[in-house]
Amino acid sequence: MSMLGPNLVMYEEEFERINSILGRLWVDANAKIVFLVDKNGQQIAAKGDLEKVDTTSLASLTAGNVAATDGLARLIGEKEFSILFHEGERDNIHISIVAQRLILVVIFDERSSLGLVRLRVRKAAQELEEVLNDMANKAAQQGQAPVSPFAEITDEDIDNLFSE
Amino acid sequence: MSFINYASREINCKIVYYGPGLCGKTANLQYIYDKTSPQAKGQLISLATETDRTLFFDFLPLDLGTVRGFRTRFHLYTVPGQVFYEASRKLILKGVDGVVFVADSQRERMDANLELLENLKNNLREHGFDIMTIPYVLQFNKRDLPNIVSYDEMYRLLNIKGEPTFEAVAPQGMGVFETLKAVAKLVLQELSKK
Ligand SMILES: Nc1nc2c(ncn2[C@@H]2O[C@H](COP(=O)(O)OP(=O)(O)OP(=O)(O)O)[C@@H](O)[C@H]2O)c(=O)[nH]1
Ligand SMILES: [Mg+2]
Repeated sequence: MSMLGPNLVMYEEEFERINSILGRLWVDANAKIVFLVDKNGQQIAAKGDLEKVDTTSLASLTAGNVAATDGLARLIGEKEFSILFHEGERDNIHISIVAQRLILVVIFDERSSLGLVRLRVRKAAQELEEVLNDMANKAAQQGQAPVSPFAEITDEDIDNLFSE
Repeated sequence: MSFINYASREINCKIVYYGPGLCGKTANLQYIYDKTSPQAKGQLISLATETDRTLFFDFLPLDLGTVRGFRTRFHLYTVPGQVFYEASRKLILKGVDGVVFVADSQRERMDANLELLENLKNNLREHGFDIMTIPYVLQFNKRDLPNIVSYDEMYRLLNIKGEPTFEAVAPQGMGVFETLKAVAKLVLQELSKK
């Protein structure tokens, strides 16, 4: 959990690397949608047929699902269930945990198969883990996080948010 | 745990509404959902029993526009208040940035308020948070009912650190946005310290 510190901060370079990993996975696994969420339900990146689904809800429900499953695992003395699979009539969802804190979701139909998805996910997960390690190293080297964009937030800024 | 994405210039924050069963947590989210313009909100997701009791959580994403060039999103969650849903209640607090405690103003619910408040402190601690430092707001809901405890008495019982405190009638909207604004402000101020 503490690999990247309590707050997840993402920069251009890593964001692009993550997007390209997801892009490749999407193609290689013949998937409809691939997306990456953190365990708290924040969507990090997504690729594929995104118009037809509400990805924000998808992210939150996925995280809820994983959290509940983690709870079940602990209850029976397992550390975690690293893969979840839900099979539907048309579409299937493959959920796996990356580096203990991220959730990689692949949605696919009969144009792909569980075997293929498994195989491609394993590779993508390794690559994602590398990116995360680089992010952690970078953060450790730079020591301090950059100055928050909210450093000088005013009451007015906040009132403006709620003005519409 | 807020998520700041410098690449897409977005920030996401998680706010959790906590409190005893039937105190009006879901009613708060429902009102916010009803009164927010379509482009600023996502779907309201309720994982509830057939009798509308929250089973796992309610979830409402709000997109409130930009602060300092960053798109600011708040993810609002409610927990299930019923005592026996303790395990799932604890899960929802994971990665929280701000908490609203919704108290039920009816006299017969004071013990339940106190019990859940104690439960909140413990569950926060288990996630590595301290109620004394986390952005936190208190709401006295159901002010429209006849058998309620006075504001002063509730304040003495439930206010822990001088946190902003609001009277509310959630289904009618009284106090609902005031509460949300207050916690959002505390969360953004907290981010500014990091
Ligand atoms: N009169 C009155 N009724 C309220 C108020 N707020 C909520 N209610 C009613 O109280 C009942 C329970 O409200 P909910 O919002 O579902 O309660 P909850 O806190 O989400 O309950 P759980 O999901 O079980 O934890 C509903 O019938 C609401 O309409 C209020 O301010 N005044
Ligand atoms: Mg509820």
